Amino acid sequence: MSEQQTMNEQPAIRAGLPWGAADDEIQPEIRWRVTWQMFCANKGAVVGLVLLSLIILMGLIGPMVYSGDPFAIVAQPFLEPGGEIPLGTDYIGRDILIGIVYGAKPTLAIALSATFVTAMVGLTVGALAGFFGGKVDGFLMGVTEFFQVLPSLIFAMVVVAVFTPSLLTVVVAIGVTSWTSIARLTRAEFLKLREREFVMGARAVGARDRTIIVKVILPNALPPLIIAITLQIGLCILFEAALSFLGLGDPDVLTWGMMIGQSRDFFFQAWWTVSFPGLVILLTVLSIALIGDGLNDAYNPKLRGR
Amino acid sequence: MTADNTPASNETTVLEVDGLCVEFSMRGKQVPVLSDVSFNIDHGRTVAIVGESGCGKSMTALAIMRLIPSPPGRISSGKILFKGENLIEVSERRIREVRGRDISMIFQEPMTSLNPVYTIGDQIAETIKRHQAGSAASVRQQVLDLLRLVQIPAPERRISEYPHQLSGGMRQRVMIAIALACEPALLIADEPTTALDVTVQAQIFDLLKDIQAKRGTSFILITHDFGVVAELADRVVVMYAGRKIEEGSVEQVINDPRHPYTRGLLRCMPQIKLDPVLAAEPLAEIPGTVPDLLRQSKGCSFAPRCPSVTAKCIEMPPMVQLGEQRSARCWLAHEPAATAEQYV
Repeated sequence: MSEQQTMNEQPAIRAGLPWGAADDEIQPEIRWRVTWQMFCANKGAVVGLVLLSLIILMGLIGPMVYSGDPFAIVAQPFLEPGGEIPLGTDYIGRDILIGIVYGAKPTLAIALSATFVTAMVGLTVGALAGFFGGKVDGFLMGVTEFFQVLPSLIFAMVVVAVFTPSLLTVVVAIGVTSWTSIARLTRAEFLKLREREFVMGARAVGARDRTIIVKVILPNALPPLIIAITLQIGLCILFEAALSFLGLGDPDVLTWGMMIGQSRDFFFQAWWTVSFPGLVILLTVLSIALIGDGLNDAYNPKLRGR
Repeated sequence: MTADNTPASNETTVLEVDGLCVEFSMRGKQVPVLSDVSFNIDHGRTVAIVGESGCGKSMTALAIMRLIPSPPGRISSGKILFKGENLIEVSERRIREVRGRDISMIFQEPMTSLNPVYTIGDQIAETIKRHQAGSAASVRQQVLDLLRLVQIPAPERRISEYPHQLSGGMRQRVMIAIALACEPALLIADEPTTALDVTVQAQIFDLLKDIQAKRGTSFILITHDFGVVAELADRVVVMYAGRKIEEGSVEQVINDPRHPYTRGLLRCMPQIKLDPVLAAEPLAEIPGTVPDLLRQSKGCSFAPRCPSVTAKCIEMPPMVQLGEQRSARCWLAHEPAATAEQYV
């Protein structure tokens, strides 16, 4: 309920991402240049983009530069950072920097796949419920509420535990439990926008329901959704970290969350074992949030006219 | 009416609305919103539908395009013959073809009728592409031609602007361009100038007249303003509480209104009076409001507000034919204004 109220307070006229084939035909290069300029005008967004690029670069090139086996024991346990092993070693003597470098790719891959699942399910359910209303809305929102009342972490744990922990089950578990907020946000936007005159206008020139949902209403609903989905990437990283922390990640794949989870008992003995992976998660989630903010500015034509 | 039997009249009659009834279900009851509405529109002509808010003008327009939200609304009976084809019976796919290509509509609010996230060029192009094939370059050329047709200056620059960058008058021109994109035979204009200021109104009227002369488009003009009617229309349909209550040519209805409601509407027209004594007179109004459709009586729906009401008015008066396509739904329809007012 409170979620819907905050949504209504958003400005009545909103604008968003140009969407669909029609846009590409009228001077696309100019359009994308303008969008890029608007994005760059937001300093925080540029910082976020640089930061995230560095993290992604670390995941891709890092293993070639600082190679090794993230599961291998390389030195004595609890070696302090600053020595021969830059970030020190964990409780069984594994190199923490190798862990961070090798953990980037799986962590980001899980987060992106889970966000994709979340966004697809959430957008579809929310759009159908908000657009058609009535019985469709009643049914879909009933399903959404069912998923909302389940404590998501425990539900995800059950999903992962029932099917053995693997990359796929972790992604599915996060996706299945996280789509509800996107669905509710999408529904609220659609409920508000479907009454607008330009929707009737689109109908009056012969548009069908599918066109109205995808090309007329969705682009107008996108700005809050872009932010929500971008933030969802961050939330998925945290969710995966929570699952790994509880020992429910894929045991064959090292993620940052797993590093924190495994070293959690030694925080007061060896702060670096937990702090460095934690810091990387923090920076990643922060950079994603900054980019989300910048995207909102860039895709808002109201700001472009200035 | 007669269009069915005589093929000759089909060539000039673009649209024939016959006995149109629309119902809305409200709180479990079927509430008639339109009752037995009939009128014809000839090729290249303008019919104005006049009445107060809530009397069924816009509902008539939406019914013609089958855009009535359903549920709760539904067309319960009647025929809408567009070039001989009954639009009430055609498939959803067919009606989508008709919308925008054969019949199109301009809405009241140019500020909110355009999609804020697309450039105006995209929005016009979208309509063209929905109904006809063509290369991107030829569509762009058509869009530019349309922008020129609706007299938008510097169309090459405007084509890539967003709605919020345009003034109200410009946006209404864009709406007209979208409506005209596929050269429809019939254009429904739902209070096209209500949201615009007077000088812009005049420009839009000139534009509409110009387009009608060039392309032979028929217009349905929905308005509450007899000034607009006198300016643009050939024929007038006056509506009240979901019924047609008077029909005739513009001259007939304005010079010799036969229904007390029409007379009331005409008296509500503001006039510029320089004489300070006359200017001090308050503007005439029709006392009361449009009846609640949920509580309709059997009698004439205008009776409670009518200055000429008689005992007979507890029964619904018939549509009195006063000539060819000239009628009024009033017991006193045969009597000219001066005589009718004596009954007060």
